[in-house]
Amino acid sequence: MLAQAVVAIAAAAATASYALAIGVAPAPISRHVTAPEAMLVRALLDIRDSKFSSAFDHIDSLLVSNPNFRLAQLVKGDLLMARTRPIDSIGNAAGGTAEQVAGLRDEARIRMVRSQIEPSSDLVPRYLLQMPAKEKLALVLDSTKSTLFVFENTGKTPHYVADYYVTIGKNGLEKFREGDKRTPVGVYHVVSQLPQARLTEFYGSGAYPISYPNEWDQMRGRDGHGIWLHGTPRNTYSRPPRASDGCIVLTNQDLETLAAKLQIGTTPIVITDSIDWAKRDDMEALRADLAASVEAWRHDWESRNTDAYLAHYARTFKSGGMNLAQWSAQKRQVNAGKSWIKVKVADVSLLLYPGKEDVAVATFEQDYDSNNLSNRMMKRQYWMRENNRWRIVYEGAA
Amino acid sequence: MTRIPLLALGATLLLVLQIPAGFAANSYEEASKSFKQGNFAEALEKVETVITANPRDARARFLKGLILTEQGKPADAIKEFTSLTEDYPELPEPYNNLAVLYASQGQYDKARKALEMAIRTHPSYAIAHENLGDVYAKMASEAYDKALQLDRGNAAAQTKLAMIKDLFSGSVVPGRASPDTPDTTPPVVASITNEKPAAAAKAAAVPAPTAVPLNKGDVEGALAAVNGWAKAWSSKNPDGYLAFYAPSFQVPGGEPRSSWETMRRDRIVRPKKIDVTISSPKVTFDSAGRAIVKFRQGYKSDTLDTAGAKTLVLQKNNNHWQIVQERMN
Repeated sequence: MLAQAVVAIAAAAATASYALAIGVAPAPISRHVTAPEAMLVRALLDIRDSKFSSAFDHIDSLLVSNPNFRLAQLVKGDLLMARTRPIDSIGNAAGGTAEQVAGLRDEARIRMVRSQIEPSSDLVPRYLLQMPAKEKLALVLDSTKSTLFVFENTGKTPHYVADYYVTIGKNGLEKFREGDKRTPVGVYHVVSQLPQARLTEFYGSGAYPISYPNEWDQMRGRDGHGIWLHGTPRNTYSRPPRASDGCIVLTNQDLETLAAKLQIGTTPIVITDSIDWAKRDDMEALRADLAASVEAWRHDWESRNTDAYLAHYARTFKSGGMNLAQWSAQKRQVNAGKSWIKVKVADVSLLLYPGKEDVAVATFEQDYDSNNLSNRMMKRQYWMRENNRWRIVYEGAA
Repeated sequence: MTRIPLLALGATLLLVLQIPAGFAANSYEEASKSFKQGNFAEALEKVETVITANPRDARARFLKGLILTEQGKPADAIKEFTSLTEDYPELPEPYNNLAVLYASQGQYDKARKALEMAIRTHPSYAIAHENLGDVYAKMASEAYDKALQLDRGNAAAQTKLAMIKDLFSGSVVPGRASPDTPDTTPPVVASITNEKPAAAAKAAAVPAPTAVPLNKGDVEGALAAVNGWAKAWSSKNPDGYLAFYAPSFQVPGGEPRSSWETMRRDRIVRPKKIDVTISSPKVTFDSAGRAIVKFRQGYKSDTLDTAGAKTLVLQKNNNHWQIVQERMN
C-alpha cells in the first residue's frame, strides 16, 4: 500500500522524463547526484519494490549523515508505522499541518522526477543562444522539475555540469506583484552577494540577489523585489518544492558548490516552468539571425544613416522615460552633430526569453567613439521579433 | 564450579540451569519474596549472594536486573540484562527488558534491535511483539516530529512497554529436570517451545474470566478450529478457509455473504504466498457457551507484513467449532 503510493510517484516521474517527452534518444552524460538524494531515491525505489527492510537501511544511514532531511524522516516514520498497521500513502503523521505533509509528499514526487533526469551532450536549453568567453556559467531553472541546471561555457557552447534540487515560491511562477509569493519567469542575472554578517540563519550558507524586476518586467508593470538564490537554515536539509516567498532555495551544500563558480554581475539565470531543450544545430539559425540584427544595428549607427539606425527600434520602444518618438528626435539631433562615429561591440551574450513571445536579451560591451564624444559601457538590449524582424524594445546600461 | 550444559534438541531448546542444592535456591526464593514486597535493597543483597555462589544463575541475574530497574538504576539494570543476553542469547526475556529500559531512555533504535533479537529467537513471543509494535510507533512518531518540525518535548517520551517480571514467564515452560539429564545434581529444566498453545496462553498475566465452566475439550476444540482456519488461510485454500465460518456468521458491515466471500477468496488467492501465525491465544466462554478466542495474528505475504490483535467468536455446531464473529482490535 505504501509501495503503491510510491509506485504512483515513480510512474508520474517516468512520464516526466524530458528525453522521452521530446522523442530524442540523447547521448547520456554522467550526472552527479548528491548522496542524500541518491539514498532517498534508492529507499523510495525499494519501497516501490516492497523491499522494506532495505528501504529502512538506506533511510537510516542517510539520516545518520543528514538528520535534518525532513522528507527522509517522514519516509522513516512511514516505514516504521507500516510495521504496526497498513498505511496507504506517504506521510501518515499525526500532528503537523496538512500543508506540511503535502509539501513533503510533493518533495518525494519531485525527487523521483529528478531521478529520471538524463542530461544529454546533444541538447541545451534553447535560451542559451550565445555565451561570450568571459561568461563561464549559465543557470537555467525548470520549475516543474524543481531543478536548477548549471551549464559551463566551454568554447562558446554551454555544457551541462550539474543540476540541483531547488525550492521556489509557494504560489509557483509568474511573479507579478510584491508579496504574491511567486518566482519570476524570465532572463535574469546574479547581481550581488550579500555579506554573511547581514543574513539571518534562515538564509543558510549565503544569499545572491538576482535582477528581478528587470527592465522588461518593469515595462510590463511587474513589481516586487528581493528575489535571491539562498540556502536553508541549519535545521533543514531541504525545503519542499514550493515553499518560499519567491526566492530560489538550494541546500547549503549545493549553494556552496555553486557559489564557488558564480560570476557576480555576469552569470545569467533563466527561469521557466519547463525547459525547452534543443539540439545545438537547431539553435544556430536563430542565434545567427539575432547576432546579425545586433551587428546591423551597430553598423547603421556607425554609418550615421539615422533612418536605417532608427528602423531597428520597435514602435513600443521605451528607454529611460523616452518613447520611440522622443528617442528618435534625440538621436537625430545627436547624430546631426557628428562627422564620424565608431561603434565596437564585444562579448555579446544572447539569451532567448522563455515564453510564447519572441523576446531576446542582448548584453555586450559597447565601445563608442566619435568626433566629440567617447564612451565605453556595458549595454543591454531587449529585442522582440515582429513580422519576422528583430527590433529593439528596450535599451540601456547593463 | 559447575558447568551448565546447553542443549538444543530439535526444534525445542532445552536450557538446563544448574542451581546448587538447598541454600542458594532458598535464597533466590527469599530474594524474590523481598522484591515482591518492595524491599529492593534487601532483595538485592540476597540475590547478590545467590549470584556469588553461582555466577551463571540466569534466574538470579534476571531478578537482579529487575531489582536495579525498580531502584531507578537503569544503567546498572541495562548492564545486567546485557550480560544475560550475551551469556544466554537464546532467552527472549532479557532482550525484552533491555528494550523496555532503552525505550524508557528514549533510545528507541536500541530498543528495537533488542526486541528484534527477542523475536528472532522466539518468533511468536507475544510481549516482545507488542513492545516492538509500540517501539515502531514511537520511532515513527519521533521521525514524523522531525519531519514536521514538531517539538512535543518529553510528553512524547512516555512508553507503555511491558517489562517481564519472571524469566521463563512467557514462551518458556519451567519444569523439573527430566531423569535423562546427564548431570547428577538436580537441575532446573526449561524447555523453550513456540508450538504449545498452552504455553503461549500462559503468557496472559490476567486469567481470563469464565462465564461457564471451562471444559478442556471445548478449549482444545475452539483452538483447533482457530489453528485450522489459519492453516487453510496460509495454504491458500479458500474453500477450506470459508468452511470455518458458520452459516450464521455476522458479515462485517452487514454486506451480503456472497460479496464478502468473493472478497475473501480474492484476498486468499491473490498473494503468491501467505503465512498466518497465531500467538498467545486466550479462550473464554460467554454465557451462550460461545468461545471467544483472542490472539495476536501475524500476517505475512509477499507484499505485506503485519500483525495485530484479533478476536474470533466461535459456536459449536454438530461438534464443530465455527466462526460467528470476527474482528480486529
